[in-house]
Amino acid sequence: MWLDLASFALTALGLFFFVAGTAGLLRFPDTFSRLHALTKADNLGLGCVALGVALQAGHWTDVLKLVLIWALALLAAGTVAQLVARAALAEPRARKGEGERP
Amino acid sequence: MTGAAALMLDLLLVVLVAFAGWAALAGRGVFRAVVFFIAYGLLVALGWVRLGAVNVALAEAAIGAGLTGVLLLATVGRLERAGAARDVPLMRGAAAWVPALAGLAVTGALVWAWFALPLPESPGPQLAEALPRSGVENPVTAVLLNFRSWDTLLEAIVLLAALLGVWMLGRDGDWTAPLGLRQHVREGGVMAGFGRVLPPLGLLVGVWLLWAGADAPGGAFQGGTVLAAVIVVALMAGVAAPPGVDALPLRVALVLGPGVFLGAGLVLAALGAGFLTLPEAQAKAVIVAVETALTLSIAVTLAGLVLGPPTAPNGAAARTPDGARP
Amino acid sequence: MTGWLGAWLLLCAAGVLVTLGAALWRVWRGPARADRMMAAQLVGTGGVAVLMLLAPAQGWAALDVALVLAILAALAAVGFVKASTPDGAGDPEEADAPHDPPLDPPLDLATDSARSDRDVA
Repeated sequence: MWLDLASFALTALGLFFFVAGTAGLLRFPDTFSRLHALTKADNLGLGCVALGVALQAGHWTDVLKLVLIWALALLAAGTVAQLVARAALAEPRARKGEGERP
Repeated sequence: MTGAAALMLDLLLVVLVAFAGWAALAGRGVFRAVVFFIAYGLLVALGWVRLGAVNVALAEAAIGAGLTGVLLLATVGRLERAGAARDVPLMRGAAAWVPALAGLAVTGALVWAWFALPLPESPGPQLAEALPRSGVENPVTAVLLNFRSWDTLLEAIVLLAALLGVWMLGRDGDWTAPLGLRQHVREGGVMAGFGRVLPPLGLLVGVWLLWAGADAPGGAFQGGTVLAAVIVVALMAGVAAPPGVDALPLRVALVLGPGVFLGAGLVLAALGAGFLTLPEAQAKAVIVAVETALTLSIAVTLAGLVLGPPTAPNGAAARTPDGARP
Repeated sequence: MTGWLGAWLLLCAAGVLVTLGAALWRVWRGPARADRMMAAQLVGTGGVAVLMLLAPAQGWAALDVALVLAILAALAAVGFVKASTPDGAGDPEEADAPHDPPLDPPLDLATDSARSDRDVA
């Protein structure tokens, strides 16, 4: 029962961070702010979700996989945010706010 | 309560898949269409998991969202460098109605088939009866590598033929050059570091998928695609230089899968069991040997397809518009 | 796992899907390519979270799909970064990256004053 409650709390927290990251993606004024919002909040949310689900895992290999997935996501997110931001420096549209018609 | 939550989840997923598919086709801008295609592949993979088809989900996540996405992104980049990129205006009038009606007809036929044909029993009585004799417990692997291994052998050869087709697009003078563009990165930069950290993790996942494929979802194609991604990332990050088409290890890796597959079939035929007819006692060993060889070949072939044909080291071919060649 | 938690995990997955819908809006809207690509990256991260949340109910093999998704999403992003460099094979961190401002004012190494400045430093 306590395990279930902890799972509930952690996944709820994870969902909150996902919503927060997405709010940043929608509301922040320029590309670099949006990058910054996304990369941190979502991966924190993913970590909370992974912890919450790990409490329900039946076998230790599943816990290991959850850890590996989160580690991969963190590694990829950090790398990709840095590289995409660098690539965006060359793009004038990234500096100003909403410029292009959809 | 669980049923209501599941229904909500599925409805949301359907809406998102439909929107991503529509947006990939409808919007202006090739780049945006490609990004929607990648998102579409990710969402469809979720849908396959919801339907319980984890094997298909693995393939969709790896090939639909991953490798095809990279291929299309590279294509957009190449078109722009060649000055050939332009946003095609939306089709209007009769030109738009013909493909729309054709798509509607296919959808209608599928809906009709869904309601008119009887639902097959899952996983089918014949398969359930034959599975214990196949040597593996994953029904998908049993079908692919035992009951219908002939199809899989031909698929492996088709993949090799596709790579040869790509190589033929290279220029005569470039034939001995390394595969693809000359990759370069900042020494000690983020990309170079990523190219060194990802491969060990990816190797672990790829080998795990191959190993798990005997009893659980996974197998040669899924494992091979993950390994292909690892090879592509390592080469893009400049960890190693791509080989030329005449490199012996490359050629061996390419033909190993189909070769072992074909060889196993011929040996079995010589022993009197029939071409690719697996005797129950040796089935597991043969399947594991063939799958391991196939995984390596699929990984190298898919990576080769993403890298492209041999290209001269100065990279001139990549910058020159194709039509402007002498 | 009790029944209410199973329903909650599905509900939570649905909630993450809603945020993915918002990410798809950002892919549509842009305006920069980096926006579209990062939004697709969010669809990848969110997809991984949905698969994790589905795993207790749907079978733990869903985690294998999450693993593949995590690796291949990273590959797609590296592919994007590569394709957006001038020759399609570079690294935006390289010194000659476009619009990368030099950290110091450019030194004229040919003149004596510049060379002596360097020696002092």
